[in-house]
Amino acid sequence: MDTTTYIKEQFEQLQSADSGSGLSAKRQDAFAAFSTMGIPTTRHEEWKYTRIGGFFNKSFEIGASKQIDIDAYRLPGHEVANELVFVNGQYAQDLSTIRSAELNVVALEDALTNEYAEIVNKHFNHSAQYLKDGINALNTAFVTKGAVFIAVKRGKIVSHPVYIYNITDGQVLALPRTLVHLGENAQIQIVETFANVGNAESLTNQVMEIVVERDAILDYVKIQNEHAQASQVSTTHIRQTGKSLANAVTISLNGAIVRNNTNVVMEDAYCEAHLYGLYYPKGNTLIDNHTVVDNAQPNCYSNELYKGMLDENGTGVFNGKIFVRQPAQKTNAFQSNKNVLLSDTASVNTKPQLEIFADDVKCSHGCTVGKLDEEGLFYLQSRGVPERTAKAMLLHGFAGDVIEKIKIGVIREYVDGLVSERLGYEA
Amino acid sequence: MKTEIEKPARPIHDSEDYLEQAIQAEYKYGFVTDIEADEAPKGLNENIIRFISAKKNEPAWMLEWRLKAFAHWQKMKEPNWANIKYDPIDYQDIKYYSAPKQKIKPGSLDEIDPELRKTFEKLGISLDEQKRLTGVAVDAVVDSVSIGTTFKAQLGELGIIFCSISEAIQEHPELIKEYLSTVVPITDNYFSALNAAVFTDGSFVYIPKGVRCPMELSTYFRINAENTGQFERTLIIADEGSYVSYLEGCTAPMRDENQLHAAVVELVAMKDAEIKYSTVQNWYPGDKNGVGGIYNFVTKRGICKGDNSKISWTQVETGSSITWKYPSVILKGDNSVGEFYSVAVTNNYQQADTGTKMMHLGKNTKSRIVSKGISAGFSNNSYRGLVQVNKNASNARNFSQCDSLLLGDKCGAHTFPYIEVKNSSSMVEHEATTSKIGEDQLFYCNQRGMDTETAVALIINGFAKEVMNQLPMEFAVEAQKLLAISLEGSVG
Repeated sequence: MDTTTYIKEQFEQLQSADSGSGLSAKRQDAFAAFSTMGIPTTRHEEWKYTRIGGFFNKSFEIGASKQIDIDAYRLPGHEVANELVFVNGQYAQDLSTIRSAELNVVALEDALTNEYAEIVNKHFNHSAQYLKDGINALNTAFVTKGAVFIAVKRGKIVSHPVYIYNITDGQVLALPRTLVHLGENAQIQIVETFANVGNAESLTNQVMEIVVERDAILDYVKIQNEHAQASQVSTTHIRQTGKSLANAVTISLNGAIVRNNTNVVMEDAYCEAHLYGLYYPKGNTLIDNHTVVDNAQPNCYSNELYKGMLDENGTGVFNGKIFVRQPAQKTNAFQSNKNVLLSDTASVNTKPQLEIFADDVKCSHGCTVGKLDEEGLFYLQSRGVPERTAKAMLLHGFAGDVIEKIKIGVIREYVDGLVSERLGYEA
Repeated sequence: MKTEIEKPARPIHDSEDYLEQAIQAEYKYGFVTDIEADEAPKGLNENIIRFISAKKNEPAWMLEWRLKAFAHWQKMKEPNWANIKYDPIDYQDIKYYSAPKQKIKPGSLDEIDPELRKTFEKLGISLDEQKRLTGVAVDAVVDSVSIGTTFKAQLGELGIIFCSISEAIQEHPELIKEYLSTVVPITDNYFSALNAAVFTDGSFVYIPKGVRCPMELSTYFRINAENTGQFERTLIIADEGSYVSYLEGCTAPMRDENQLHAAVVELVAMKDAEIKYSTVQNWYPGDKNGVGGIYNFVTKRGICKGDNSKISWTQVETGSSITWKYPSVILKGDNSVGEFYSVAVTNNYQQADTGTKMMHLGKNTKSRIVSKGISAGFSNNSYRGLVQVNKNASNARNFSQCDSLLLGDKCGAHTFPYIEVKNSSSMVEHEATTSKIGEDQLFYCNQRGMDTETAVALIINGFAKEVMNQLPMEFAVEAQKLLAISLEGSVG
């Protein structure tokens, strides 16, 4: 049975089992959209360099929750963190720990019928307006009881960071879905990571939508270090509806195909956002970062820095879009993408893209692709540092620009450790 | 002692009426010459292609080539990826052939229809060989056909062939057969396939080995007749160690309808050769409500075939209601160099999607892209570029800069740079900025006694200078005037 038929069958099963809930209609629309748009091919402009279709020719299951041992995957600092675990795309309450009273975690389905209904209806699936491809629609078409709504109420500061684990077990298609709502003046720190049980091929097609209301502060870190058979499409859709601050750091180290859609939509004046990314593929890994910063109102500020180190047969893709709509006067939007090619078989495709409709703006982007600075190397070698170490030192410094933006100390050290180990760098 | 300071004619800061003036500036090449034309009926089918081919008295292989292109075109879909919007073009509602009626072939330039001659005088182009002072050899193309080429004999002495492409098909079929459609294959894209099927004329240049062309070669394109499309094809071959600088200019009458212009330009630079290709494109841009104007869909591509060769594109794009144009360079030879300098200006409802492609195949190849986009009114201006470094292109080097200037808050500036690198010893850099004319800059100029009008002109000229400097003298003056007409004072 081919995958499309399988998906259709699974969808029909899901709908017939649950036709009454509020999610059912949303799923139906999304499935219709999925059927029209299909799986994107490389003819789709947003998927020009990333072939995701191959995965859908293989047989896999849409993930069901399983019992796993979470200890093996825990991030440092978990003793003082809230932990939310998704297994094969389904929220596993028994594996999760909630330490902060400010953090409200409810099933998305329940949120549709309780005090949060208005918020959910207003913000759920806003990402579909920006991601017009079947992959995003596929996630929405299978939003189930396993999807989660996270709310932080007005003025609350979540005292512990929130660690979110997306774990796959077996040859599965996992479709985790989360909607986060940060009320006025609220604060949250989120660290999201991906892991696999065993070595089976898998695809995680994850969508997280985060609403940041007035004066709220979001800190978001994503760490992608799956094994070489695991692919993922990871969407982080940040909607800043009030004068607020959002920081997002994306660290992508390993996997088969890693695709990130990081969107920041600024719907109010005086929003601020910082996006940082580090991608360091090796083997045959492809890491694709698509970012969108959409400025709709005046006086917003955004800064974006993505750095790539491309080793072995690794491929890097970067597409950064900045939209400045006509009312968004006095926007400051900066974007920089820097790449170092470490081997002759590595490649990078980058497309920094500006679309500007307002005149009183300061927007710039810069992009470089090159090799390690020879003068720097020579200098270090002339001081007696062996070439290998010298290279590692330079690359560690290069990556450091991004790693240092992670605000949670233990996580920063953890990421630094992962990168240093790969580089063979000892501080 | 006279103490009274003379009052300026206009208050210094009042640029409003100046803005009005600039926006109202009429397209000064919008006249129509009343000449009888020999035309094909509207529509596009095999018979029309046979008709064109027969009119041109072409050999059978040329007709076959055209029909092949036409068959392919019919299978293709019009591209829609560009950042432009327009009503669908009815390809059956266009006349594909229109030639000013005159004696079959003028023996000398004196025999050219005086009306036509007047047209060119009005456009400021000398077809008169006597005016040697201008020192530019011109090939003039009206609607579909070339009406005359100057300085032919003198160039002939050096072995340089400069003539219309129809003439070249008759007289130098071996060169045409060897090079035509080698750089832009007939299957390349929708508009190049259409061009291959129906092209009616254009220029042909061949510079023999080791010859440095002593003067600028120039083609002047003019659309005159109504309901016609202009499809010209230019082929320039610079043999080993030669050099040529080529200029191209375009104008068209003002009409309410949209006319189609789909040209193909192919450049071939052999070992150690250099081609410099400059364009000042000033097709009718439509009126201030966006009615009428030329749809300019052009495929331009050069190949640096031999080692150490160089191709340089310079363009000043001020006209056309739609510009879709990406002059590219294939850097095949080792150490070859590609350059692209562009100023694209859009005003009112004009749309431009233009840029370049630099394909690095050879070792130590270098490319440089400088693109300056200026948008005013309700216009949209996009830069779309590709820098591709292939696996074997070691030590390739590219630098791209694309800056946009926005004059007014109803216009848009867009950048779509694609960068694809597969070689670790190469260096690619890209930077882009978008801004408006700074109030501090204006204030500084005002404070030094310059009125806003002059200040804006000064700043825009400075913004575009890097590109203007690349233009040959003859063109630089015209281009600067054009910039002035299209833009000055669009800042309110």
